[in-house]
Amino acid sequence: MSTFLVNLSGLVLMALIVWWFWLSSKGRATQHSGGVIDIMVDHGVYEPAVIKTAAGATLQLRFERRDASPCAEQVVFHGLDVSETLAIGEVTTVTLTPTQPGTYRFTCQMQMYQGTLIVE
Amino acid sequence: MNKQTLPIQGATCQGCVKRIDAALEVVPGVTAVSVDLPGQRVTVSGDASRQAVQEALVESGYAADPAAADETAPLAQADQDQDQDQDQDQDQDVQLSISGAHCASCVRTIEDALGAVPGVAKASMNLADRTARVSGRARPNDLVRAVQSAGYQASEVRDPHTAEQEREEQERSLYKKLLGQTALSLAVGVPVMLWGWAGGSMTVEPGTPGQVAWFVVGLVTLAMLVFPGRHFFVGGWKAFRHHNANMDTLIAVGTAAAWAYSMVVVIAPLVLPAAARHVYFEASPMIIGLVNLGLALEMRARGKTGAAVKRLLGLRAKTARVVRDGEEIDLPVEQVREGDRLRVRPGETLAVDGEVEDGDSSVDESMLTGEPMPVRKGPGDSVAAGTLNDSGTLIYRATRVGADTALARIIDLVKKAQGAKPPIGRLADSVAAVFVPAILLIAVSAALAWYNFGPNPPLAYMMVAATSVLIIACPCALGLATPMSVMVGVGKAAEAGILIRQGEALQTAAGLDTVVLDKTGTLTEGKPAVTRVIAADGDEQHVLALAAALEAGSEHPLGRAILDEAKRRQLTPPAVSDFQSSNGLGVSATQEGATLRLGNRRWLEQQGVAMTLDQAARSLSDDAATPLFLARDTQLLGVIGVADRIKTDSADAVARLRDSGLKVIMITGDVQATADAIARQAGSDEVLAEVLPEDKAAHVARLQQQGAKVAMVGDGINDAPALAQADVGFAIGTGTDVAIESAAITLMSGSLHGVADAMAISRATLRNIKQNLFGAFIYNSLGVPIAAGLLYPFTGWLLSPVIAGAAMSLSSVTVVSNANRLRLFKPRQRRPQGERP
Repeated sequence: MSTFLVNLSGLVLMALIVWWFWLSSKGRATQHSGGVIDIMVDHGVYEPAVIKTAAGATLQLRFERRDASPCAEQVVFHGLDVSETLAIGEVTTVTLTPTQPGTYRFTCQMQMYQGTLIVE
Repeated sequence: MNKQTLPIQGATCQGCVKRIDAALEVVPGVTAVSVDLPGQRVTVSGDASRQAVQEALVESGYAADPAAADETAPLAQADQDQDQDQDQDQDQDVQLSISGAHCASCVRTIEDALGAVPGVAKASMNLADRTARVSGRARPNDLVRAVQSAGYQASEVRDPHTAEQEREEQERSLYKKLLGQTALSLAVGVPVMLWGWAGGSMTVEPGTPGQVAWFVVGLVTLAMLVFPGRHFFVGGWKAFRHHNANMDTLIAVGTAAAWAYSMVVVIAPLVLPAAARHVYFEASPMIIGLVNLGLALEMRARGKTGAAVKRLLGLRAKTARVVRDGEEIDLPVEQVREGDRLRVRPGETLAVDGEVEDGDSSVDESMLTGEPMPVRKGPGDSVAAGTLNDSGTLIYRATRVGADTALARIIDLVKKAQGAKPPIGRLADSVAAVFVPAILLIAVSAALAWYNFGPNPPLAYMMVAATSVLIIACPCALGLATPMSVMVGVGKAAEAGILIRQGEALQTAAGLDTVVLDKTGTLTEGKPAVTRVIAADGDEQHVLALAAALEAGSEHPLGRAILDEAKRRQLTPPAVSDFQSSNGLGVSATQEGATLRLGNRRWLEQQGVAMTLDQAARSLSDDAATPLFLARDTQLLGVIGVADRIKTDSADAVARLRDSGLKVIMITGDVQATADAIARQAGSDEVLAEVLPEDKAAHVARLQQQGAKVAMVGDGINDAPALAQADVGFAIGTGTDVAIESAAITLMSGSLHGVADAMAISRATLRNIKQNLFGAFIYNSLGVPIAAGLLYPFTGWLLSPVIAGAAMSLSSVTVVSNANRLRLFKPRQRRPQGERP
């Protein structure tokens, strides 16, 4: 009986991991049509991490890096050919005008920090 | 109003700010609270007593510890006194650069917006140079935000040097903090580990003093998780809430599992079989210590990868000597405007880009172009910010300032390229994106496997295997493998005057097999120069001096070439009169009663000049030079060969390219004979002559169809389509025009060696990336199964979580260090001038 319970809970745990990290949505997107957005870079996450914007609108993403650990140093927008070095304790503005609708990830170099830019 | 400043500690995020605000706002008498996160202090306005505020802070958990508070108390006290003195000495000036403001009413709006920010004593905007100066204690960030919400753009103008120092200071303090955390956790972990190694009992017998002792050890270990290990848990939790998992997640879950299991053993040994009553209290502090140590070492090593940009940043001048109304004033470089006249003295760095108006000096441009020889500069020449004036004084007019200077754009470009990803990194990228959740799954599966198939006691083995898997898995090594090498490689290239604009080019350049070189301006200087002077009587200087006299004031390229050569040889042209130009055929003048003529062969023959020196003239033609004949009356004095000379190091560079196995093809619009002559001098394998500019791209495409990986090297303007068509386009810049859009790589020195250097650097970088990726993949794909216990059935080996922690921190340090090794790479051995290999 206990063998069954242990195995079952292990499998449930695995299913939960899959669901939570991969299948469920990554949190509520903040909706913008261009403009200035403040993003806090701290404790391993971008806040907000999911940003929706309209295609062709110019975004000014102001990254405020609080995390001094080296992982946070760079932010890379995959597929947009944009990257920027973030200085500790400062606000670094990344200006971009995505024209192609799609979902772009923005991460740190090691991809520990993860964010999503949804262009509609 | 009364203000007081108190030190705080441990406040790291906006959440903390909110909590501190909330804690202090309720203190009677407090009217405003302002938390300074970077400064770790809080300023409170109002009539509240210091005692009450301090107590509220202690309660909120952010009070500085007493020792620190004592240290800063006198300072804080002084603050308070000065505050009553209208903040005079504490005022800090912030300068903002404003854009979008065009009229006087904007000035008013902006000043009002700034004035409304708490802590601002005075704000004034200067419309002329679009800056605002704010004094007071407001945070620059808040000021920028205020301007932005008023509808304008603003950024803080900071002395880059101070900013850099501040950044270094912060990194140093984090480094120290990490080392401190390492020391603390190892101080706990090592004794416990040694106790176990020395044969001390690591098992718990219910009801013995040992149980109590282990309970105490458990509490001390918990302190390690809470203090030095805090950031893993905070980071892991935050990421978890965002449905993300990162390194922190792995460390947090791993250490928590080891600790929780051991604590169960201590508190309720009876729920476990006797064999499973083993504690693993050494694991958590050891892992936290080792991983913190790894982070600290990695940070150290990382500092070096950015050395190239740091070096470029260091080239920027802080002040400039501006000449206004005959007076010279030293101004901060930010205040220099286009059109200003500047003076640069010997040994000084040029502050902005400009054009020389007066003076004569040589300028060291090696920091931008990689070219070691100083360049002579006189009136009309352009100069670039960041270059070093040598011995003379120059007066120059600013043509590009601020972010428009070549140096600023180079820095921008290098920074951008350093973050770019060559395609080789894509696999690692996609793996890294799903890595951590996958490891969590593996850890659970490993635990289940041990439970079902493992030896007794299953619970202990499950815990050890799962923890080791979590700890040994290193997403860092995988994620860092490509970017670290790219960062160092791109920086290395920038040092050699090579600007790589696309990450992809860095990879493609390593696999090229054909180089197409444009002739004019790439292989050659791009403007005619005297190649040879042949005198009938052997007096070359005399022939050249006479020719120069005839061409004096000429704007024709051939004439300029003769004048330049005469100037170079320091000849004084004799006086001539009755100057006449004959319709582009030649020029004539009178000297001491005789008629001097300089022109082409046919024209002189028509004038009745007896043509000798035929042999010499033909040899000039063979070398692709245009012969100009000089005659006095009907007697031929000499022949001057003028040609677009090949650059002194072109042949050397072509030889280098061929040595590395590349096929070198020259492409030109010249007639076949001239093209052949140049190709012979340069040593290229093939010649494509009489090619129309618009057909160059087609020729490149044809080579590609034949299966060649083609590099096209050209000037970036006429050759733009061909550069874009090629697998990698190299634009030859003339010194400092950096942003050549059509090319993936810009060579700033104008030397073809740059092509070979760029390929050498990209090969070295690619090799380095491959080593890193290989290492990271092998490490993870061996480490994780071994940690899961795959070897146990065969050898009885099961990794301890502590070893896993050590391996994990070593692996990321190794990747960063290997990337740093690239910094030592030398694309070529510089040979002394003129010496052939």
